[in-house]
Amino acid sequence: MSDKHTEIDAHSGVETTGHTWDGIKELNNPLPRWWLIVWYISIAWAFIYMVLMPAIPALPGFGGTNTPGVLGLSDRTLVAEKVVAMNAERSVASQRLMAASLTEIQNDLNLQQFAMAMGESAFGDNCATCHGAGGRGAKGYPMLADDIWLWSGTLDGIEQTLRHGIRHEGDDATRFSAMPAFGRDKLLTSSEIDDLVQHVLSFSDRDTDASAAAQGSTIFAVQCASCHGVNAKGDRNIGAPDLTDAEWIFGGEPADITASISNARNAHMPAWQDRLDDPTIKALALYVHSLGGGE
Amino acid sequence: MNHVANPPNAPIPPPNPPSLYERRKQIYPKLAHGKFRMVKWVVMALTLGVYYIVPWIRWPRGEGIPDQAVLADFAGEKFYFFFITIWPQEIFYLAGLLIVATFGLFLVTSLLGRVWCGYTCPQTVWTDLYIWVERAFEGDRAARMRLDNAPWSLNKAVRKIGKHIVWLIIAFLTGGALILYWHDAPTIARTFFTGQAPLTAYFFAGMLTLTTYFLAGWMREQVCTYMCPWPRIQGALTDEYALNVTYRYDRGEPRGPLRKEQGFEGRGDCIDCKQCVQVCPMGIDIRDGAQLECIHCALCIDACDDIMTRVGRPTGLIAYDTDLAVATRAAGGKPVYKLLRSRTVLYAVLMLAISALILVGLAKEPTFDVNVLKDRSPPFVQLANGDVRNGYTLKLVNKATTARDTMVSISGLPGAEFEIIGLSKPDGAQEMELPLEQYGVDRFRLLVTAPAASLPHRSSLEITVLDPVTGESHTRSAAFMTAGAK
Ligand code: SF4
Ligand code: SF4
Repeated sequence: MSDKHTEIDAHSGVETTGHTWDGIKELNNPLPRWWLIVWYISIAWAFIYMVLMPAIPALPGFGGTNTPGVLGLSDRTLVAEKVVAMNAERSVASQRLMAASLTEIQNDLNLQQFAMAMGESAFGDNCATCHGAGGRGAKGYPMLADDIWLWSGTLDGIEQTLRHGIRHEGDDATRFSAMPAFGRDKLLTSSEIDDLVQHVLSFSDRDTDASAAAQGSTIFAVQCASCHGVNAKGDRNIGAPDLTDAEWIFGGEPADITASISNARNAHMPAWQDRLDDPTIKALALYVHSLGGGE
Repeated sequence: MNHVANPPNAPIPPPNPPSLYERRKQIYPKLAHGKFRMVKWVVMALTLGVYYIVPWIRWPRGEGIPDQAVLADFAGEKFYFFFITIWPQEIFYLAGLLIVATFGLFLVTSLLGRVWCGYTCPQTVWTDLYIWVERAFEGDRAARMRLDNAPWSLNKAVRKIGKHIVWLIIAFLTGGALILYWHDAPTIARTFFTGQAPLTAYFFAGMLTLTTYFLAGWMREQVCTYMCPWPRIQGALTDEYALNVTYRYDRGEPRGPLRKEQGFEGRGDCIDCKQCVQVCPMGIDIRDGAQLECIHCALCIDACDDIMTRVGRPTGLIAYDTDLAVATRAAGGKPVYKLLRSRTVLYAVLMLAISALILVGLAKEPTFDVNVLKDRSPPFVQLANGDVRNGYTLKLVNKATTARDTMVSISGLPGAEFEIIGLSKPDGAQEMELPLEQYGVDRFRLLVTAPAASLPHRSSLEITVLDPVTGESHTRSAAFMTAGAK
C-alpha cells in the first residue's frame, strides 16, 4: 500500500511519508514534544525500576530466582509485615477472646461481636468453599446450620473438630472411624446391599419393598447396628450418622445409599490448627456454633 | 497504489489557517475604590473567617463522640453539623442540603446575576487575596507592568520571590485548613507537624496547596472563562429582568475623551478613560455588553463612579441594571423592574419547601433504627424433628449517646419460636431483652423456628423492637421460607 516516494506537502509544508490511501497522503509530522519527553522519561524510569525492584528472572548467580532489587522490596514480605501488624492490632481483643469462656463471651457484647466478625470472615475464607456460605452445606459436605451433627455440636466439640480435622493423616487426635466398603470389598453381595438399602429407607418412613426390607433388617443387625445403633440413631463418638432423619449428607436416593454402602464414604476434613492461629479457631468455633445448630 | 493528484476542483485549504490557540494575556487589575470594593473586602474577611474558625468550634456531644461542631468523620462514617448528626443511611439529607443550595444559587442568579461569582466564589475570593499580596509586593497596575517589562534585577527578584513565598504560605494555610474539616482540628494541627498524621491528610493538604497556588496565582480568570461550568449554566438561568452589572449605553454614548471647556451637551457621559477596563480582573470591557467572562464583581462600577464624580456627572453610568431597562430608556420609555417573577417565586418556594422537609425529617428522626436481613444462604434449615428454621441478621442502630435495653418480639407466624444467638431467653417468653451499645451499630442473629407442616413456600412475619422507656418502637416485616409448595 505504499511506495518510497516522499515529497513536501504544498499546504502544510511538511514532508509526506510516501504512504497514500485512495489519494490521501500521510504527513510525516514529528511527534509532539511533550509526548517524546514522557516517553524518554518512561524509558529511563524502566531502567531505574529494574535496579530498584525485583526484576530479571533466573539470572545465573541468583540461585534460580529473580534479581531482588536494591530496595529489597517484595510483595511477600509486605504481606507478611501487614499480617504481623494486623495481629498486633487485634492482639488485645484476641487475648481476651482466648481467655474468656463461652458464657463470658456471651455476656460481653463487645467480645461476642468481635468473635462473630472474625469468625464470619475466617469462615468465608476457609470453610465456605466446601460447607457453603452460611454453612448451607452441599452434597458430601454437611450443613452446619441445622441441629444434626455427625461428631459433636457443642462448642468444645466443634473446636476439637476444627483443630484436628476428620480422618486427617498425621494428627493423632483427629476424629477417626472407618466404615467398610461392603460392596467393593465383597463383604456383601449386590442383592444383599439392595435389601439393605430398602431397610435403611424404611427408617425415615420412605416407600420400600417390604419383603426386601425385612431381609435387609437381618443384615443390618449383623453388619451395621454395631456402629449405627440398633435403632439406627447413629453414634456421635464415631461419627456414625443417624439414619432415621431426613438429612442425607451424600444424598438420600436409593442409588446414593447403594453407593455409600458399597464404597463407604469416610470423608475428610483438614486439621485447621496447622493453618490457623488459636484465636481464629476459637472465633470460628463460636461462629459455626452460632449458625443455628449449636448445642 | 499510485499517487493520485488532487482533483482539479478540490477546495484548497487556506495557506495559513488561523490558530485555534489563544495565548493568555497577562492582566494587571488596578485597585478600585468605592462601595463595592468595600463590600468585597468585608465578604472576603467574612468568608475566610468562617473557613478558618469553624473547625475550631467545639460542641460537646457525649462520651467518646467527636466534639467538633462541624466535622466530616469518614472513619466513623458520620457527618456532624452542630446539633445535627448525619448517619450514613441518612446521607440524603446532604443531597437535600445541596439541592437547597442549588436553588439558592438559582434564585440569587435570577435576581442579581452572578453575585456568587463576583463576591463569594472561592476562586474569586482567593484570587482577590492573591492580587492584594501581589500589589503589596509589586505595586499597583502601572508599577507591575513596569516591573514585568524591566530586566531582571535584585529589586525585581526580591519582589517576585517574596510574592511567591507569601502565595505559597497562603496556599498551604488554605489546603491545610481543609483537612481540619475531616479530622479533629486540634489533634491534626499537632500531628500534622510531628509527622504522625495519616497519609491522606498530607496528600490532600499538598494537593490543595498546589491547586490554590496555581488557580489563584497563575490561572486566575482562565479558571472562570475556560474551566468553570457556571458561566454556561448562568446563561440558562438569567432572563431579561435579572439585574446584572451593565454599562448604560443610553447615557454613555456617544463616548469620547473629555476636552477642557467642552460640556456634556450633545454627547454621552462616557469619557473613554478606560478605568473600567483597567480595574477589571477579567481584562474585559463592560461597555461591550454582557459577556461570558464577566464575573460581575462590580469593580468597574466603583471605577466609573469615581470618574463620574470627578467630572461632575451623576454616578451609575455602570450599575446593576438590565439590558431591557437600558434599551427601554434608550428608546425614550420608562423601564420596568420585576423582582417577583414566576421563576424567582418558584425557586424561593422550592427552597423553602425542601428546607422545611429536611427540618421536619431531622426533627422526627428516630433515635434508633432496625434493619432485618434475611439469610440468603441457607434460605431455610430443616431441623431433625421436621420444623423449619430461618435465620435473620438484626442490625440495630442506636443514635442515642447512652446505652439502652430494648425488647424484641415477633408476630404474624403461628406457633413460631425465636431465639437470639448469644442471649438467653426464658423458655416460652414472648419477648426478650436486647441490649444496645451507646451510639453505634449492633448486629444480632435471630433464629425463628416454626412447625413447617402448614406453611407455604413463603410467608412473612413481623419483628418489633421496642424501647420500653421512651415507647419508641420499630416493626419490620421479613420473609419466612420453607420447602413447602410455591
Ligand atoms: S470608567 Fe466610565 S467613563 Fe471611563 S471608560 Fe469606563 S464607562 Fe467610560
Ligand atoms: S466587567 Fe466589571 S463586573 Fe465584569 S468582571 Fe470586569 S470589573 Fe467585574
